[in-house]
Amino acid sequence: MHDMSAHAAQHHAPTSFIRKYIFSLDHKVIGKQYYGLALIAVYIGMAISWLMRFHLAWTNARIPGLQWLSSVGAPGGLMTPEYYLELMTMHGTIMVFFVLTTAPFAGFGNFFLPIQVGAEDMPFPRFNMMSFWITFVAFCVLMSAFFVGDGPPLSGWTAYAPLSAVGAIAGPGQGTGQVLWAISIALFCVGQLLGSLNFITTTLDLRTKGMTLMRMPLTVWAWFITSCMGLTAFAVLLPACILLILDHVAGTSFFIASGLVINDKMLPHSGGSTLLWQHLFWFFGHPEVYIAIVPGVGIVSHVLITNMRRPLLSHKVMIGCMGALAFLSYMVYGHHMFVSGMNPFSGLVFSFPTLVITIPATIIVLIWIFSLYGSKLRINSASLFALGFISMFVSGGVSGFFLAQPSLDIYLHATYFVVGHFHMVMAVAALFGIFTGTYFWFPKMTGHMMNESLGKLHFWLTFVGTYAIFMPFHYLGMAGNVRRYQAFVDDYMQPLLGVHKFITIAALLTGAAQLIFLYNLIHSRFRGAPAPPNPWEATSLEWTMPSPPPFDNFGGKHPVVYHDPYQYGIEGSSNDYVMQDSPEQIHTVRDEK
Amino acid sequence: MKTGYKYKLAALFSAFLLLALGVMILGQNVDAAPPSGGSVAGTVKLDGTAPHERSIDMSKEPSCAKEHASNPVKVESVVVGSNGGLQNVVVYVSQGLSGNEANSTQMQTWDQKGCQYIPHVIALNPGQHFKVVNSDQTSHNIHPQPKNNSEWNKSQPPGSQPFDVTWANPEVAINVKCNIHPWMHGYMAVVKGPYSVSDNSGAFKLEGLAPGSYTLTAWQEEYGTQTQKVTVAAGKPAAVNFTFKAK
Amino acid sequence: MAKLFAVTIFVIAIASAVPILMHTWPMPVDISTHGPLIDEQMADTMAEAGIAFLAAQIILAFFIWKFSGRPKDAKIGHFPGGAMALVIAAFLLVGTEVLALGVFGTKAWAAVYFTPPAADSMPIQVQAGQFAFYFRYPGPDGKFGTIHPDKIDEGNQNFFGLDPANDPAAKDDIVTAEMAMPVNKEVHLLMHSKDLGHSFYVRELRVQQDFVPGLDLSLHFTANKIGKYEIVCTQLCGLGHYNMKAYLEVMSQTDFDSWLKQQAANQ
Repeated sequence: MHDMSAHAAQHHAPTSFIRKYIFSLDHKVIGKQYYGLALIAVYIGMAISWLMRFHLAWTNARIPGLQWLSSVGAPGGLMTPEYYLELMTMHGTIMVFFVLTTAPFAGFGNFFLPIQVGAEDMPFPRFNMMSFWITFVAFCVLMSAFFVGDGPPLSGWTAYAPLSAVGAIAGPGQGTGQVLWAISIALFCVGQLLGSLNFITTTLDLRTKGMTLMRMPLTVWAWFITSCMGLTAFAVLLPACILLILDHVAGTSFFIASGLVINDKMLPHSGGSTLLWQHLFWFFGHPEVYIAIVPGVGIVSHVLITNMRRPLLSHKVMIGCMGALAFLSYMVYGHHMFVSGMNPFSGLVFSFPTLVITIPATIIVLIWIFSLYGSKLRINSASLFALGFISMFVSGGVSGFFLAQPSLDIYLHATYFVVGHFHMVMAVAALFGIFTGTYFWFPKMTGHMMNESLGKLHFWLTFVGTYAIFMPFHYLGMAGNVRRYQAFVDDYMQPLLGVHKFITIAALLTGAAQLIFLYNLIHSRFRGAPAPPNPWEATSLEWTMPSPPPFDNFGGKHPVVYHDPYQYGIEGSSNDYVMQDSPEQIHTVRDEK
Repeated sequence: MKTGYKYKLAALFSAFLLLALGVMILGQNVDAAPPSGGSVAGTVKLDGTAPHERSIDMSKEPSCAKEHASNPVKVESVVVGSNGGLQNVVVYVSQGLSGNEANSTQMQTWDQKGCQYIPHVIALNPGQHFKVVNSDQTSHNIHPQPKNNSEWNKSQPPGSQPFDVTWANPEVAINVKCNIHPWMHGYMAVVKGPYSVSDNSGAFKLEGLAPGSYTLTAWQEEYGTQTQKVTVAAGKPAAVNFTFKAK
Repeated sequence: MAKLFAVTIFVIAIASAVPILMHTWPMPVDISTHGPLIDEQMADTMAEAGIAFLAAQIILAFFIWKFSGRPKDAKIGHFPGGAMALVIAAFLLVGTEVLALGVFGTKAWAAVYFTPPAADSMPIQVQAGQFAFYFRYPGPDGKFGTIHPDKIDEGNQNFFGLDPANDPAAKDDIVTAEMAMPVNKEVHLLMHSKDLGHSFYVRELRVQQDFVPGLDLSLHFTANKIGKYEIVCTQLCGLGHYNMKAYLEVMSQTDFDSWLKQQAANQ
């Protein structure tokens, strides 16, 4: 294995403010910029969800001040049906793309991947800088949809055709708003493709001396596997968005069939396929949800190991399972389309890999849980969120058993059962992964410790709160409560309104608890106790450097790696752990057979 | 100097009062010229049997269906009242107006009640304000589809404030629908000068016409238009009748 | 704090299971002939998922309780069998379980999609369009008239764009805003969309199927319980999606016949 680190782009320490903090080529600054973008996005997305939940619970009530956000969407503070759907679309789009794909992958990955493999930066720092700024522009384009005449699109983050393709005639926001959405997502794809390129080449080519593939921490494996998914998945979404834009502006009919009559007008289109959009979107969409969760799996493993003071029962099996999840994720996408009008035989074909994907997911959870056996578990904010991730991943995962079966999907499709499933298994779990990473790595990234008491308080309120919000979604779904409704006017949904009120109150309280986190972040950044280089007594390379790391990571030197990443519980060593770059000779702790 | 100050204050205050008074006076709406001169009155009738109008099934909106449980609403394309009178016909002056006619400032109301538009047909002058009201328990999404005016599409949740709307250009007639309730239909005719919409007996009356010769047009949503010439003299109402032939 | 966390996980797990076990918000009673297969599948899945859920959460809680706060010099223990035991357990327990669910679930799926409609099933056409469902019965001639999308005139209740003046087959078609069907008689539902994607969902009937613009799709089912049910749209179709529904009335044959006669008189 040759030492490629000499080939990392050499750049001098930046001196100007713009070069240091704005157009920086430094992967650590870029990582923080991504994290900062996700932080802004998540609070906007969460605030939108408060408006949505409030409206669902008290549909005919005025929300004072909402008319200033949109005088058309909420005249006098009364939310119109279309504004609810527009908020819902923006909530999903902001959260899936600009939070869940951004923070765990682009945020932490950019900061720590080069460091954890011993590189001084990524091989294409200019692409890396561009990838962030393209993502930032994509976010601005998306947010601009709030301010265009007709508002943001109302077709959901999934933007099914022909609703998303025929233009303003289908409803408010479906003209300019939908085109802005498609442009934003297309730009986002480009940013992610550039980012994935950097991640893959860093992992394969820039590992330092002694850093074999098997000596890479699980976070690096997670980011590497995620970027392989990203390269292929975003490469399909990008042309799909372009085709959608063409249907709007160039009069094409990629997704629009002939003979459609909307608002008493016969549309001139012909030859297009409604289902084509769904196939393209979900071919991207299913790997996307694994892109959202696999970095969290890596981070949880990494943090849990440190706080258990022992490696996982099998490092190799964990890597294999993450890879299996990624591989299988391409074969299951049709489970979003069981009742879509797709050939029912295809439905059966898609259901089997969907059921099979439970196996690697189960193994991952079992490895975590049974690595706790005999461990010396430390409880702190980071490990609490890591353990919370496991609980949430299990809860969200078992509802997948139901949805994987087409016969049950007949009943559960498009109900709150689905919404509960993906919020628990993806949204909350990935969010817990972000919190785990934050509490764990904040000292390294900023040089300050976070407030541990506030962290624990944040954990308790969030753990109990998110269960209180999302577990009832499953009961609503079993009762047949349909999703994407701005109000529940149907007879059979009336008895369920009380559940919705409970959920809304839980959501508002849990949301408020997130302000504790924000306060902790900001306050600790400026006033937190100074952080030592290795406050958690951890083994990977990021803990060998000062907090925060210098501009060129390893001070111009190339670290040499002697050990596997998780040498904890070492017998006969001065500590119960050995860092990867320590020349100390030890009896390596290896996988159990 | 204190006394001088008092006088200055008094002068300022009076000036302010005068200014306020002036603004109040100038701000008064100028009513359309009071009816002077002549008028035209008459009836619109249907010759033949009215088409069978279907009952509207509003079951998908239980709050509205309840209101009509004992008395179902019928499609209002052709509404024939007593003595064969044709309702909802817009009668207006299509030729002969001097162009100096002031537009009506009467505030009309377009009400969404029982999942129907009340009235089914409304006539307005360009620039005349009207209120769109939602009197129902359900949201409506009012969608006028003009050809000579700007199209718009707005939702009105229950409990909303009325919308204040005007149409800039004459158009006969703007089709209005509700996106949420497909059976809801109505028309807005935007015309210059005096107008009248026939009532259940087919009667209409145009007022405020200066003596002279005019062409009147009657518009019905199914049967189209008919025209008649009329001469208006001061004092005595002229009489004009229209007859539409059933298809 | 670790012990408190362990107890919290345990309490949340049990609390989550309670509404399911107590049937607090149950599925409505099934009224279809193919429904029992789906309901059985649902119950089996609930049992297996429930056991997996409770087992995982309880073991997690137990290990957090037992292995936190250990003294600094405690020895690291290894779960007997290590990772291999877990991999084998996952394949054996979870693998066979999900494959079994998959294989047995095929029967329920096939009942809906792989059996053709009966020769004497009653055809009813349903058109979905922003934001209502309209239904059409072929009338005494048993034939549906041609649909002319350019002739659609909702203000005059011509929702399907029929041309009875020139199309004899359309003359006796019966267009309704509610769907009625006789009990214990198979219905062949012919589905098409006027404009965008919609979906047909009746919880009690255990049916759900999207309308795809450009495609003529169909479903067949038999209801075995008289009553009034709701058909709701489950595919986001615009601002009125939440208000897009129609009632389904399952009636005795005699009641259905008189209902149909009444509707015919209103055409």
